[in-house]
Amino acid sequence: MVYINIFFSEIYKIIFLLLPVLVSVALIVWLDRRVWAFVQKRKGPNVVGPFGLLQTLADALKFIFKEIIIPASANKIIFILAPIVTLTLSLVAWAVIPFSNEMVLANINVGILYLFAVSSLSVYGIIMGGWASNSKYPFLGAIRSAAQMISYEVSIGIIIVNVLLCVGSLNLNKIVLAQENVWFIFPLFPMFIVFFISALAETNRPPFDLPEAESELVAGYQTEYSGMMYAMFWLGEYANILLLCALGSILFLGGWLSPINIYPFNLLPGFFWMIFKILGLFILFSLVKAVVPRYRFDQLMRLGWKIFLPLSLIWVILTASFLFFLDMLPTTG
Amino acid sequence: MTKKTKTMNLNFGPQHPAAHGVLRLILELDGEVVEKIDPHIGLLHRGTEKLIEHKTYMQAVPYFDRLDYVAPMNQEHAFALAIEKLLKIDVPIRGQYIRVLFCEIGRILSHLLNITTQALDVGALTPSLWGFEERETLMTFYERASGSRLHANYFRAGGVHQDLPRGLTEDILKFCHTFPKIIDDLETLLTDNRIFKQRNVDIGIVTKEEALEHSFSGVMLRGSGIPWDLRKSQPYDCYKDFSFKIPIGKNGDCYDRYLCRMEEMRQSIDIIKNCINKMPLGPVKNIDGKITPPSKKDLKNSMEAVIHHFKLFSEGFRVPSGEVYTAVEAPKGEFGVYLISDGSNKPYKCKIRAPGFSHLQAMDYLMKGHMLADVPAVLGSLDLVFGEVDR
Repeated sequence: MVYINIFFSEIYKIIFLLLPVLVSVALIVWLDRRVWAFVQKRKGPNVVGPFGLLQTLADALKFIFKEIIIPASANKIIFILAPIVTLTLSLVAWAVIPFSNEMVLANINVGILYLFAVSSLSVYGIIMGGWASNSKYPFLGAIRSAAQMISYEVSIGIIIVNVLLCVGSLNLNKIVLAQENVWFIFPLFPMFIVFFISALAETNRPPFDLPEAESELVAGYQTEYSGMMYAMFWLGEYANILLLCALGSILFLGGWLSPINIYPFNLLPGFFWMIFKILGLFILFSLVKAVVPRYRFDQLMRLGWKIFLPLSLIWVILTASFLFFLDMLPTTG
Repeated sequence: MTKKTKTMNLNFGPQHPAAHGVLRLILELDGEVVEKIDPHIGLLHRGTEKLIEHKTYMQAVPYFDRLDYVAPMNQEHAFALAIEKLLKIDVPIRGQYIRVLFCEIGRILSHLLNITTQALDVGALTPSLWGFEERETLMTFYERASGSRLHANYFRAGGVHQDLPRGLTEDILKFCHTFPKIIDDLETLLTDNRIFKQRNVDIGIVTKEEALEHSFSGVMLRGSGIPWDLRKSQPYDCYKDFSFKIPIGKNGDCYDRYLCRMEEMRQSIDIIKNCINKMPLGPVKNIDGKITPPSKKDLKNSMEAVIHHFKLFSEGFRVPSGEVYTAVEAPKGEFGVYLISDGSNKPYKCKIRAPGFSHLQAMDYLMKGHMLADVPAVLGSLDLVFGEVDR
């Protein structure tokens, strides 16, 4: 009986986390489109619901009722599995994200490692989708995205090492708490920029949206998908974007900590600060989408391997030696 | 022993989002590198040239709107000039000015679309929406003069169909004052944008000699550094009254062509301003009732005018036999009309030289060794509109 109780309380917690994430994904899609439209002198979705807030729900409804077309030459099982993998992986990662010191589903000691592992896996969804479609455009898209995600994962990994050196723990809560005095964006500012750009690449956002580059590959790995399966890719993609925004605010912007720890500011619960930071980063994501053209594949790889990787490696050495020689290495393990 | 790799054939279009209408390219890819490009055209073929042979001269004008539907009046211009040459008639000065005015508006229409779609092809989505805002304004100018936003049918042999409505020139002048700001805005998004540069500089290079060998014209030629512009080298209508510069490129790559188009828009604005300021009053079309329809007022009072009207709209006018080639500097390059008349009221033959056609056939040579992602970039800078390529 005890076990059943624990089981249900866990389920309850998971639903309590997943529902807000999914709802906020819907809202964030709306926000993305609005920001984008604003830059382009359009109105954006403004009809369904107040300010068009329910537009995404209407779209989702449409997707649900659309026919799922599976190409005759596709590998059916993998074709169906691919969007499921993408969506699941992008949601699973949220388990370790702390919204405040207590609001975290799984406060595990290797939180950041877990995040890193899960986000590395997410390339499988795309590869499976692209390969199982058995069609040329998705195939090219899948190859591109595999190469892209692997290259930028490396630089993100090394950037995270920078932060970890300053913290001395892999636990996300501890990473946030280590920033009580100063957010890591200040000492590690160049790394924040590199992280932001790598996050764009990691989530296939412009200017790195090569896997789904419209003018070349039609829709990349999603070309053959339709209906709910397409919507799952799309949900997964936005959940991933939000995840990286959350990760960015945890690593560099002090997570749930209020910007100034004095009276009127620290009244607001940490949860809200976290949301604000995620939103702020996300708006940056949208703005970038609106103004930049797309990189070419080889240029993207060059940027990843020849510029970001050496840059972040050098910065690791700098950080490490700085901490070592000034005797500021964190002591807690 | 070396292993032989197989190339992949990729069908690019005609339903591809970057195919610029109905282009179909068969790409031979080695990884992402393009080995060979085989453009397939004809998906928008309507038999314009043949159809024109069965229409009177006046009825044939609308076909020219539908060639390069991005800048319709420039095509009409070539046809009107050809007929005028055969008829040996003059166009009143005001008529010429109105034509030049609308040709330059057409040039801006076309370049605006091309620049923004070129940006779209390399992934920048915002410029196209900013640009279309302005195109919309320009199209209303078309509409106010001719009654139609796109397929104007405004230029006639001997002038233009009707005079400009009141207030139009003032509004166009107003536009000329605000538009350079828009060009600046577009330039901030694109010209110095590192990614845009990386995607366009040194892509699709055409050397001077090769540009000539491939019978390029327009920006494709000027981008490679050849200052050839029919408005300057063989001025038609009143172009010799205007001083304007011909921007030329240095490297002949996509980026130079983009810069040329940007500068040409600014020059067009100057021409438009000058044109409006200098525009004299007077008739807008030749007053020979055998060629241009009489005014409504005359129709009520003069029997002769009624006869002219009837003859014009039933039989059309007869053109003395002979043949002529006229070319205009359309936004996309040299747009030529080769017209043979047998003395009847219909053209015996009307061959249309569309600039896009020769640009497209250089596709294979331009793209060899580039990557798949460069295909849309080059395609964008070629400035193809399939209405004129397929005719």
